[in-house]
Amino acid sequence: MNDRNRENIKQPSLAVEIAGLRLKNPVMPASGTFGYGQEYAPFFDLDELGAIVTKGLSLNPKAGNPTPRIAETTSGMLNAIGLQNVGVEAFIRDKMPFLRQYRTPVIANFFGNSLEEYGEMARRLSDLPEVAAAELNISCPNVKKGGIVFGTDPQAAAEVVSLVRRHLSKPLIVKLTPNVTDITVMARAVEEAGADAICCINTLTGMAVDVRRRSLRLANLTGGLSGPAIRPVAVRMVYQVVQAVKVPVIGVGGITKAEDALEFLIVGARAVQVGTANFVDPQAMPKIVAGLQQYCREQRVDDINDVIGSLQVT
Amino acid sequence: MQNYNTTILSNQELSPGYYRMRILAPGFVAASKPGQFLMIRVSGGLEPLLRRPFGIFRTGFLPADCQGLPDKEYVEILYKVIGSGTAILKDLHQGDRVELLGPLGNGFDVQPAGEQILVGGGIGLVPLYMLARQLVKTGNVRLLMGGRCRDDILAVTEFERLGVATYVSTDDGSLGEEGLVTDVLQRKLDKFPQAMVYACGPMPMLRAVHELCHIRKVPLQVSLEAFMACGVGACLGCVVKGAGHTESDPHYLCTCKEGPVFRADQLEWDKLEAGHEDCGCEEEEA
Repeated sequence: MNDRNRENIKQPSLAVEIAGLRLKNPVMPASGTFGYGQEYAPFFDLDELGAIVTKGLSLNPKAGNPTPRIAETTSGMLNAIGLQNVGVEAFIRDKMPFLRQYRTPVIANFFGNSLEEYGEMARRLSDLPEVAAAELNISCPNVKKGGIVFGTDPQAAAEVVSLVRRHLSKPLIVKLTPNVTDITVMARAVEEAGADAICCINTLTGMAVDVRRRSLRLANLTGGLSGPAIRPVAVRMVYQVVQAVKVPVIGVGGITKAEDALEFLIVGARAVQVGTANFVDPQAMPKIVAGLQQYCREQRVDDINDVIGSLQVT
Repeated sequence: MQNYNTTILSNQELSPGYYRMRILAPGFVAASKPGQFLMIRVSGGLEPLLRRPFGIFRTGFLPADCQGLPDKEYVEILYKVIGSGTAILKDLHQGDRVELLGPLGNGFDVQPAGEQILVGGGIGLVPLYMLARQLVKTGNVRLLMGGRCRDDILAVTEFERLGVATYVSTDDGSLGEEGLVTDVLQRKLDKFPQAMVYACGPMPMLRAVHELCHIRKVPLQVSLEAFMACGVGACLGCVVKGAGHTESDPHYLCTCKEGPVFRADQLEWDKLEAGHEDCGCEEEEA
């Protein structure tokens, strides 16, 4: 057997580590595009994922925004769902038992309507052994309270992050909005306040008009733009944040295939999240994992960590 | 429920702007129930990005060919060309590949009754065929089919072949009776007050059907249309207002997962909005 064949047989390692969390590969869903996992279980084994990220959870159930809530745009979509979710109690009672059968780590995304609620949610999630890490959402553009209020002001962000950090006994990922002048200011603020990892970007605020009716296409007026249309913006912002902080960064925004995920990894993201692509193809994520493996083989890389941050800047 | 990368068997224009597509779909015959839907990715590229939902018209088997290969299962959709998705779909041909997700959603709750009335408005006829196929086994089935003109009246003879009595009405009188399908429904309900009603069509028609059934306490199930991104209950983009919905205490039902078929009493009729025009279903009439 020659050397080349031997190389082909060896599987490259895709395992990465984020804030003490060991993931078998760097691919996970973006919160809000994967339900609570069960919705996509008919299409592939969820254990093929690096992690499962839940729909954003709040202390009390949330009914969400009026309709229409989504609008398709060029290479993307606008959404203003309004953080509809079953609430943390129903999550524990109805959704957690299903997730328990998987070994892949569960990351609970959460938000609050006030500082107190963020703190209370952090305590509740700390009690759950099935939750491996928490992702703090301070970036939803579609609700007035909570979400983006904390995500656009560095002092408010630092305040909520340090409060959550005090009450949370698990790794804390903070998800940032791109709807700021300089995302590195926010990244540094949350890192200093105790974030163990940063996830970016959430959706870009956008708007669409029905020209025939001369009306808005979303009842909420504005919505969050996601999908391939935002990927270059996301890659740029992830690159900037990677340069600005020491904590690991999870890259998200418009990934539909392995090459897209690799852009984020090469500019320094330790892992990636896949969002809108799950709607387009329920098997998008396992395909991306397979594509990363193929890339490593083609590039003769044994370990995906050798790809992360390998950008050649001339 | 499965994600297929499969082959188009045929795609024919039925009447101006309306098409019938037959797609290879192993497992669909046993898996689909009347009233369920599927989602099709009309392009492998990014335009349009999202899949489009279509009601399942029927499933069936292609006869075994001379090589002795097993019967091939197919699913059929009927669709109206309305938006960018269906404009691409209509130009696909036999042998073209297509990604198909389904069967999805909850179908009709089929209850035995002596008299069953199906009300279809335009392309809203689609989910009623498999329902009729099941209902003819247990009682009399009548199809009241309405449209703006004769071009909107589809596949009625196929219902007749099942043994369904059909009543056609058009706004302009170009086929069948001149007038609204709900006028026909009113007469039938006066004659058969114990009937069960199943309806699919544009929202103004559904609302009128609901009012007729509601005052007579006739059980009604409706199949709704909605624009959606995922079809599996993840995006929560396709919700409709459920019974008891108020602005201060909102109550939403997910069309793809909890529907698309609802009992009329599950919905907040005063506040229901029309579905999206590019979902392969009938556009709201102005």
